[in-house]
Amino acid sequence: MVSLSSYLILSAILFSIGVVGFLLRRNTIVIFMSIELMLNAANLAFVAFSRFLNSMDGQVIVVFVMSVAAAEAAVGLAIIMAMYRTQKTVNADEMNLMKW
Amino acid sequence: MLETALFVIFAVIAVATAVLVVVQRNPVSSAIFLILTFFALAGIYLLLHAEFIAAIQIIVYAGAIMVLFLFVIMLLNLEKEKRPVARNRLVKGVGVFLGAVLLAQIGMVLHRVLLEGTPGKFPPEKVTALGNTQVVAQLLFTDFLLPFEITSVLLLVAIIGAIVLAKRQI
Repeated sequence: MVSLSSYLILSAILFSIGVVGFLLRRNTIVIFMSIELMLNAANLAFVAFSRFLNSMDGQVIVVFVMSVAAAEAAVGLAIIMAMYRTQKTVNADEMNLMKW
Repeated sequence: MLETALFVIFAVIAVATAVLVVVQRNPVSSAIFLILTFFALAGIYLLLHAEFIAAIQIIVYAGAIMVLFLFVIMLLNLEKEKRPVARNRLVKGVGVFLGAVLLAQIGMVLHRVLLEGTPGKFPPEKVTALGNTQVVAQLLFTDFLLPFEITSVLLLVAIIGAIVLAKRQI
């Protein structure tokens, strides 16, 4: 029997990898993938808690998280496309029009 | 015994592919490794007896969202990055440091806090008897009906937003 804390530790590790990728990578598309990784880590924690607390609410919320992730990916990738059309780059360092 | 072995295998695959997502230079390889991470997580959901979540993890995440990512990567025709990570060494150090601090914080919280709560209404035997998908659907259309409807509005807004943003001139 795998304990609840092993699942939570795995979730924490995945979330931290997502955070590091978000902070280090300069390609906007890879930054988006890091966000998806963090959302998945949160989903894992939800499902683990729902299993060990005998409640199904966590799994229902995971369905909502997935639909929010889908909406976020669609709008975010559309923004990246529009940005690429005007700036000819997806590098986060070169998108500095509104930077002080 | 088998459960522990499967958990270790899936966890190692998930963490290894997640690291590869972050360190790969080519965005297409990053996307492929992210799909592998999603498959490993689907296996872990199966271990947690969340069969419906495992199925939509593969169908929605690996199937729909990642295909969207790959479409955009190929549409933009990105060349391999010369410097995949930040140029500044300070930025690099601070990024890794903040990730480590976050991991330590979460670990400390998990270590200190007693992870308990009032047990819910669905013990595993009951869920198995009723069927996982049926229980999720029942909750979705009774207790969570309002959030469910709001989600449909959110998806409509996302569709309209994506179409407006992807138009020729903004």
